[in-house]
Amino acid sequence: MIPELGHLALILALCLAASQAWFGLVGAQRGNRIWMASVRPAAVVQALFVLMAFAALVYSFLVSDFSVQYVAENSNVALPWPYKITAVWGAHEGSLLLWVTVLALWTLAVSFFSRHLPQEFAARVLGVMGLITLGFCLFMLTTSDPFTRLLPAAEQGRDLNPILQDPAMAIHPPMLYTGYVGFSVAFAFAVAALLGGRMDAVWARWSRPWTLVAWLFLTFGITLGSWWSYYVLGWGGWWFWDPVENASFMPWLVGTALVHSLAVTEKRGAFKNWTALLAIAAFSLSLLGTFLVRSGVLISVHSFASDPKRGIFILAMIGVFVGAALTLYAWRAPTLARGGGFQPFSRETLLLLNNIFLVVAAASVLLGTLYPLLIDAFGLGQLSVGPPYFNAVFIPVMLPFFILIGIGPFVRWKHGDAQVTARTLRVAGVLALLAALLSLVMMHAAGAVGLMAGVLLAVWTGTSALIEPYRYFRRRAEGRHASFSRSTLGMCMAHMGAALLVLGISVTSVLGVEQDVVMKPGDTVHVAGYDFAFQGTHDEQGPNYSARQGVFQVSKDGAAVAVMRPEKRDFASVGNETTEAAIDPGLSRDLYIALGNPLDQGAWSVRVQYKPLVRFIWLGGLFMMLGGLLAASDRRYRNKATTIPVDAVEPERA
Amino acid sequence: MNIRNSLPFVIPGLVLLFLIGLFARGLFLDPTKVQSPLIGKPIPRFSLSELHDPGKKLDQDLLVGKVSLFNVWGAWCGACQDEHPVLVAFAKRKLLPIYGLDYHDDRQAALAMLDKGGDPYAAIFNDVSGDVAIDWGVYGAPETFLIDKHGVVRDKVIGALTQDIVDKQLVPEIEKLQAEAQ
Amino acid sequence: MRTLLIGLALLLAASAAYGIDSQPPFPDPALQARYTALTHELRCLVCQDETVADSNADLAADFRRQIHDMVAAGKSDAEIKDYMVQRYGDFVLYKPPVQSSTMLLWIGPFILLICAIGIVTLVVRRRARQPEEGTP
Repeated sequence: MIPELGHLALILALCLAASQAWFGLVGAQRGNRIWMASVRPAAVVQALFVLMAFAALVYSFLVSDFSVQYVAENSNVALPWPYKITAVWGAHEGSLLLWVTVLALWTLAVSFFSRHLPQEFAARVLGVMGLITLGFCLFMLTTSDPFTRLLPAAEQGRDLNPILQDPAMAIHPPMLYTGYVGFSVAFAFAVAALLGGRMDAVWARWSRPWTLVAWLFLTFGITLGSWWSYYVLGWGGWWFWDPVENASFMPWLVGTALVHSLAVTEKRGAFKNWTALLAIAAFSLSLLGTFLVRSGVLISVHSFASDPKRGIFILAMIGVFVGAALTLYAWRAPTLARGGGFQPFSRETLLLLNNIFLVVAAASVLLGTLYPLLIDAFGLGQLSVGPPYFNAVFIPVMLPFFILIGIGPFVRWKHGDAQVTARTLRVAGVLALLAALLSLVMMHAAGAVGLMAGVLLAVWTGTSALIEPYRYFRRRAEGRHASFSRSTLGMCMAHMGAALLVLGISVTSVLGVEQDVVMKPGDTVHVAGYDFAFQGTHDEQGPNYSARQGVFQVSKDGAAVAVMRPEKRDFASVGNETTEAAIDPGLSRDLYIALGNPLDQGAWSVRVQYKPLVRFIWLGGLFMMLGGLLAASDRRYRNKATTIPVDAVEPERA
Repeated sequence: MNIRNSLPFVIPGLVLLFLIGLFARGLFLDPTKVQSPLIGKPIPRFSLSELHDPGKKLDQDLLVGKVSLFNVWGAWCGACQDEHPVLVAFAKRKLLPIYGLDYHDDRQAALAMLDKGGDPYAAIFNDVSGDVAIDWGVYGAPETFLIDKHGVVRDKVIGALTQDIVDKQLVPEIEKLQAEAQ
Repeated sequence: MRTLLIGLALLLAASAAYGIDSQPPFPDPALQARYTALTHELRCLVCQDETVADSNADLAADFRRQIHDMVAAGKSDAEIKDYMVQRYGDFVLYKPPVQSSTMLLWIGPFILLICAIGIVTLVVRRRARQPEEGTP
């Protein structure tokens, strides 16, 4: 009964999405106020029906209704109930329903927080989102229905893939989707503006908080994915340039460019065409990600089981949505009025440079990801493009970018004063050079140049990010008036996050140590000044798995540091085995042990790793996310005024 | 509308068209099937013991002088179990000899599988370590190579053989190769 | 067919675990470094995107064994990679070779960067000549 209700809810949502799109787009085009007024109610009810459908699927999982095929394929009676909920998005059909559900939540948010927008514009935004909902509901109902029955019902389900039975894995997809799908709002704002033929600083001010929120969720989602991959998979790595990882990274890069480009459009009314294009591109890359995971076109650890029919449908959707948006863009964008002029040394120029570095980086990732397909399609053979390529290309492209991060915030709009900027950044420059020299002295091996460059850029960016807070506190200390908008604080935090990320990546890549050894109980191995003594393994029992747990006593210079217990877990239901690495965490370093394979006489192959500053990578991601949150909650976005004079804001602030 | 002004704005649309074309083509390719660089090259030199008679040593010369099939299989492999009846039926047609490479297998399990399902092979090379399979560019089982009279690899089928593949792909090729001059 | 092969691959991979080497370490750290670098650069063909170093599959263990023996026998990195490419094609290398079909791949990003900087220069010059107050 419940699954059928869920199915019905989806059909109703589809119909309402169609009317939402019609009333919104045609209504706005014709100026029909009654139709435009109907968009919001249609959107809200549509979203509620989608939520109902999602609730129906969650319910089916919680009661282990194995007469629903999707539940039978992805769940199990012994599965702990939080993971029963997680299993809802464990495979294709359910994750698609999650996509639509997240879209429904964004639709509700836009419906409630767009009251201050002109009716025509808001109608168009919701209309576009209605079209997207329509497309995805149609996709689900025709090719990927999660409510298909399995008759006779299975006695026991197949179970959720064991590596997905983990808290980080549980929230990683929802966070990621909130980001991906959130870019549909930025997309809708851009399309609505192009349709209306009017795009200005006010539009940018409306668009920016939505884009920031989507961006911060995507940042969080990617950070979670990287962290999960590190602590669960047993390889000690945190990024592999896998096609689906890249599919989430490209929208992030373009989204970062978009957030910065919106700043210029908001302040100076400039770069409108470019901002509109970025908004379209960010969402297009989200759709591309959806396509890549489900079409089987590329090989990836993240792929869902593929089906050409599904691939064709998504490709058609991309063609329709992105094609229509780009046609509209080619038609309308040239007619948009130009923004103000600016001097070569100005914040506008620096933000433009920021944009092109990010976009070139995203294009490079796209090139590398699609190249195997390109070569195969042209009959030129088969290739693999992996981490060696991406690292060789991405890092050089990003190096100049990190120099610019430090400079940008301290250059005035319209015409910057180079002397003032240089004076402000003196300390940052000196500190950065000192830090780089220090790292050179401490480290005398082949990786020294990479480490030096990383430390230099990280300290440069980080110190630069501290200048505004420092000024604020100094002014306060002097008894003078000081103000520090959330927007500026958010920027400083996000840039600091970038600095931490670079520092973490450089240090862990160059100074990290990884050793594969064979150990018998009683053996000790020495890695990076630590002693790891293997004490053998014993059996442990979990709720739905049995495990063999190894015990390692870790000490440094004779003093005990930790007891580490890596495991190999056996999930009887699937016959699958997972590696649970043991990690001794620390801000300055992680110690990492993973069990390999059992060999003769109780011996095991073991991977031991020393990873200095690896936590800075995810700390950086978190800082960026918090920075985005602060910036999005800035007072001026909560101000309901519909017009602001251009250039009203002080030149120095972001 | 000024055409020259509008030109840069059309570029993203053109990129999209190209990508859609690429993906449409990609939907009908299978990236998991790695093309073999051995096609058109002579078979590798190798020497292994026979599965039924461990004392007997066989080498690559066995595959030269006639058109033959070289089938990589193992008792552990589900798809190999699936293709086994097809192979047995094909062997009965006596078109050409089928040689087997028992890959990474347990000898008893392999013999049991042949006992139960039938033995389509003229001879079976026992590759316990998998080293010979690497020389053949094997990365999974089952895989089947078509070898001509001169000992050159002419085709490779990745995955289980079906009656369709045998009749529509292999048999025509075999007949053509057998008609070739020595 | 494809599903069978993937199922087969998963069977061989046997677990969602990353595999760990049971090859004895080289007494010479330079050789060990070369071995580690090589196993991280080669692809495990039977896996869904993993290096030979990290994979738990039997095929990856075989590869590691052969690479270990070749390094011990004094073969150069180029010879070892060539050995693998002869048998499996360029697909087995995670770092695509620099050849005519990959020119676009290797040079593309840098050409793109140069073009982009060129465009920025043009835009900035044009904007510098514009009045500072633009139309909103």
